[in-house]
Amino acid sequence: MPPVSRGFHRKRAAAPADRIPPGQYLTRDFPVLSAGPTPRTALSRWTFSIEGGHEPKSWTWEEFRALPSEQLTTDIHCVTRWSKLDTTWEGVSLDVLLEGMEHDAPYALAFSDGGYTTNVPVADLLGGQAWVVFGYGGGPLGAEHGGPARLLVPHLYFWKSAKWVRGIRLLDRDQPGFWENYGYNMYGDPWREQRYAGD
Amino acid sequence: MAGTAVRGRLSTWQTATVAAVSSETARTRTLRLEVAERAGPGAFQHRAGQHVDVRLTADDGYQAERAYSIASAPGEPLAITVERVDDGEVSSWLTQEARPGDLMEVRGPIGGYFVWESAFGGPLLLAAGGSGIVPLRAMLRERARAGSDVPVRLLYSSRSWADVIYASELDFPAEGVRVIHTLTRSQPPAWTGYARRVDQPMLAEVAWPAASASAGGGGGPLAYVCGPTSFVETVAAGLVALGYPPGRVRTERFGGTG
Amino acid sequence: MDAVTDDAALDGNAIGGLLIEVFGAEMTTAVAICASCGTASQVAELAVYEHGPGTVVRCRACEAVLMAFVRRRGVICVDLEGLASLS
Repeated sequence: MPPVSRGFHRKRAAAPADRIPPGQYLTRDFPVLSAGPTPRTALSRWTFSIEGGHEPKSWTWEEFRALPSEQLTTDIHCVTRWSKLDTTWEGVSLDVLLEGMEHDAPYALAFSDGGYTTNVPVADLLGGQAWVVFGYGGGPLGAEHGGPARLLVPHLYFWKSAKWVRGIRLLDRDQPGFWENYGYNMYGDPWREQRYAGD
Repeated sequence: MAGTAVRGRLSTWQTATVAAVSSETARTRTLRLEVAERAGPGAFQHRAGQHVDVRLTADDGYQAERAYSIASAPGEPLAITVERVDDGEVSSWLTQEARPGDLMEVRGPIGGYFVWESAFGGPLLLAAGGSGIVPLRAMLRERARAGSDVPVRLLYSSRSWADVIYASELDFPAEGVRVIHTLTRSQPPAWTGYARRVDQPMLAEVAWPAASASAGGGGGPLAYVCGPTSFVETVAAGLVALGYPPGRVRTERFGGTG
Repeated sequence: MDAVTDDAALDGNAIGGLLIEVFGAEMTTAVAICASCGTASQVAELAVYEHGPGTVVRCRACEAVLMAFVRRRGVICVDLEGLASLS
């Protein structure tokens, strides 16, 4: 046992146990974690696309912002063990974005500016479980947190909520994204503590 | 065999005891450490500019580690200077809780790039943003310890005079060392120094001309830039724009998680 | 290139200890050659993003990932595929 540093403990706020998944702790911050530089795409060049269906679909920023959007409050859980409760967002549901799209793809790969990718089953994007969000905490989503828009899939570990998202690619087979390639779980359910491949 | 021995010494965590603590500013504190397996002054055998990794263990087994630059010169008792980061669990413990007799683990010394010794020569341009002053102060103390007369200009950016670390030491620099402060947020009454973030015109006024004759080392001035990433990138790019070869500008970026 | 800098991005100095753990030697002065663009840099000069699910080391010239480290239950997994060489 290494020597104990007297009086040292993890910064931890009291949390209702039924809202904190196993191995997580509550934080009041919103840590900024990135795998690369913050992209700065001008809104005039920004698009969100859905590829791999029978017909590709794409929206400019104006078209995207004209879609029906909603505000939501949800908890988020990062695989680095922090959880943040009651975060507020504003965005467009994937149900709206995928509406009317002809496809039978079971899987999706979200892709972002800067090359980040992450995979999510299509079933987990539908039914009010996922959004492309452009607002956080009552204001526009900041660039360091993924703005102008990021994917939000709060029932999975937060690495699945791809920052700087630019679209999703519909796939027949599940494909590992950026962190999944380095050994993180293909699905990532925090309540079953599916952090790494094989969990 | 020698390779394994090096790895063993550098990569293992060794118990360190806090020997003394002293406040530098409201947010920073210097801790003098004694590393059990390396008793005696100078036994830590580091080079000026290197850092140690510090690891704390809670009684429930939770551990956290961070890197801190060594503030002491080789040959002096090992010391680190830590800046408290808001909500930083390690820096809060080191700056507010730790007292003589407390234990931690250290690994190192680490770093072969951001180091200076008198054989490297100069003239030296040191540029510090905030707590980036720590490894540069170790270099200044090494210069004094080695009896080097390499000319030094230190450009040190702080938010206010109260945030200047090692203020009294830097008020009496050794011969051949010139310290230029810039205070970016607030200045004392009657302040006549720089009062803004480092920019190209300031660098042009302060930095050794790129073609300065070298003292003892050859190759023109040598620059060491340390601090937050945005500070380092501004200064390093600025020095290159003044004609410093990129290979003569060494950088170390500090992060905000504490 | 955009001039706005990310204060979250560090450099290879920050992972000196991790590299000793992984490679068994001081690596900050080792020269890394990017497999994507061929740029040679000392490890200390590379762009490092840490504290996330893993530590990612990128080429400053082309931003390609050179090295990635994931700590998984006490074991460090290392991916070096982005490097043409490291010496």
